[in-house]
Amino acid sequence: MTAVWRSGGLAVGVSAVLLTAGPPVRLTAQDTSAIDRGVRIGIIYRPGVRPGMVMLPVHAPALDSVRAIMTRDLDYSDRFELITLPGGDSIRVTAVAPGARPPSAGGAGRGTAGGAAAAASTLNYPLYQALGADFAVAVTTIAGDSTIVAVHDVAAGGVRREFRAHLPALKDPGFRLAVHQLTDRVLEAALGVGGTAATRVLFVMEGKVYTIDQDGADQKLVSSSDHQAMSPAWAGDGRRFAYMEFWEGHGRLFVQEVVSGKRAPVATTGQALDFTPAFSPDGKTLAFSRATEEGTDLYTVNFKEGCCLQRLTVGRFYDNLSPTYSPDGQRIAFVSTRPGLPQIYVMAADGTDQQLFAPFDYGATGSSNAPEWSPDGQTVAFHRDVGGTLQVFVLDVRTRAVRQLTSVGRNEDPTWAPDSRHMAFVSDRSGYRQLWIIDVETGRIRPLLQKSGARLPAWSPRLPETASSTP
Amino acid sequence: MKRLPLLLLSGLAVAAMAACGGKKPETTPAPQAANADSLAEAERLRADSIARAEREARQREEAERERQRRIADSLAALGKSTEAVRALLATMTHFDYDKAVIRAGDAAVLDQKVAILQANPGLRIRISGHCDERGSDEYNLALGNRRATAAKQYLVSHGIDASRIETVSYGEERPIAQGHDEAAWAQNRRDEFEILSGGENLKQP
Repeated sequence: MTAVWRSGGLAVGVSAVLLTAGPPVRLTAQDTSAIDRGVRIGIIYRPGVRPGMVMLPVHAPALDSVRAIMTRDLDYSDRFELITLPGGDSIRVTAVAPGARPPSAGGAGRGTAGGAAAAASTLNYPLYQALGADFAVAVTTIAGDSTIVAVHDVAAGGVRREFRAHLPALKDPGFRLAVHQLTDRVLEAALGVGGTAATRVLFVMEGKVYTIDQDGADQKLVSSSDHQAMSPAWAGDGRRFAYMEFWEGHGRLFVQEVVSGKRAPVATTGQALDFTPAFSPDGKTLAFSRATEEGTDLYTVNFKEGCCLQRLTVGRFYDNLSPTYSPDGQRIAFVSTRPGLPQIYVMAADGTDQQLFAPFDYGATGSSNAPEWSPDGQTVAFHRDVGGTLQVFVLDVRTRAVRQLTSVGRNEDPTWAPDSRHMAFVSDRSGYRQLWIIDVETGRIRPLLQKSGARLPAWSPRLPETASSTP
Repeated sequence: MKRLPLLLLSGLAVAAMAACGGKKPETTPAPQAANADSLAEAERLRADSIARAEREARQREEAERERQRRIADSLAALGKSTEAVRALLATMTHFDYDKAVIRAGDAAVLDQKVAILQANPGLRIRISGHCDERGSDEYNLALGNRRATAAKQYLVSHGIDASRIETVSYGEERPIAQGHDEAAWAQNRRDEFEILSGGENLKQP
């Protein structure tokens, strides 16, 4: 084992030398987490080079769906190269006798008692290293109710982290979310970054609001009324969301709780057309657009107290709409038609200091709409008319540089995942409009929902444990 | 023609009188069947009066029918007028892409609505603005609102009380043409006019 570590360390050292010797390549990240035995190991990677990940075969058939869901989540995280074992997924690892635990795994196997859990820490590390794996994840179970997940650091030859969870029954509505949350813990353990597995996307289809897991499973109707709905938006805690409904001659805002499904109209919205609600990050304030005969302007309301309606913009001869808060709650990006056609503007959260946000060439740049501030605060995604069709753009908040992200077909209404790296949007690249997800760093694209007519997506924050009891 | 024999007879009689030496013959008129005649006359008169009464009754009935027909006709005419006015009022106006400016041709359509609203002071309407599917879904709510407001402002500037007109926008959410081409889009970029109240009996302007 020692020899393996040495060779591993050597390999890393060599690649580092090669990197520094060649043309200047910026090392964007270096994971130097300590493992239990005091050995420090460095993994060097560049963007596009993803650490190898093996999801180990499971011992109990009951864990097959857990493994399948986690494997797909890890793939969709776009952070690993998922390695298929020789023999495919059908092979099963034979249980290792409890006494065969090597001393190298002693520290890693802390707190685990059962034979299966101990077996999980006795991996043939050189084999997995030869396969190109940097991490191996073992899912085991004790007495059928407690699920144990061990994240092995293959190069270090030990368990980096191990955690256990009581998963709901397979048919329980909370089962999938609980498994997604395990994936996010694996991601956190392996790379120290937050995942997006335990998230959902709200969207509108045929005038109703639906939710779907980020992996495309478990689509559910969540708006209960017959009124035509639009513009769902999550609260920052993932426990409620807002949306708009057309009522007789006006538009009304509602806030609905995820778990109970109970909803309440936002009190101070009246006979006007209120639309595009957006929660402030602290969850107390709801910003929205209100269309009256004076035009469309931005307002805020304390939705809990149902009070304190404040008008943020006074357009009169132009419209202001589609607010989105910066994650610190200090600023609001929005759409204003003051240049003659809609463009992306920004202001302080109290409505002062309004200014152009995404630069444009007057007379040349098309309409820009649907801004959404990324959860890390660094970018604002929006869509812009390019030659008669819409494309998704990203604005760098600091430099105010604008980058076009899509070019195939019509692409609109981007919404950020909580990792500020993935984005759901609407595209007709397949021939009809449907929901897609793009990894902004690698450009990898996958369909979220292969149904025509789904639109106006809103990606949730990381969902709390209690959200798993959603009926 | 009946007179001719009489004249001949009288001529002959005169000749005979002259021949008879100028003496006027004493002639007693033949006894008239006066009684028979008056009976017949009375009979005739009675028949006449019955016929007249019957005729008058028929005329009265006729007049009554005519009167009722006229009432019915005028009611139908009123209904037709309401229908016609409603149809005029519902005529939609249309817009250029991403514009909320009333087209020159649509000003005449709105002028009709001004006249209808003036002729029917109890009438209240709602204008809804709509867009085609090309623009941004949420921006289209603001654009539809501009379109509805533009029509309202036209009506108000021509003397209609603003309180009689409501506006709303449905963006691109309620298309009337389902296609994905300019023909469908042109139909969908529109203002619709619906009656809120006072539309039971409408007068032609």
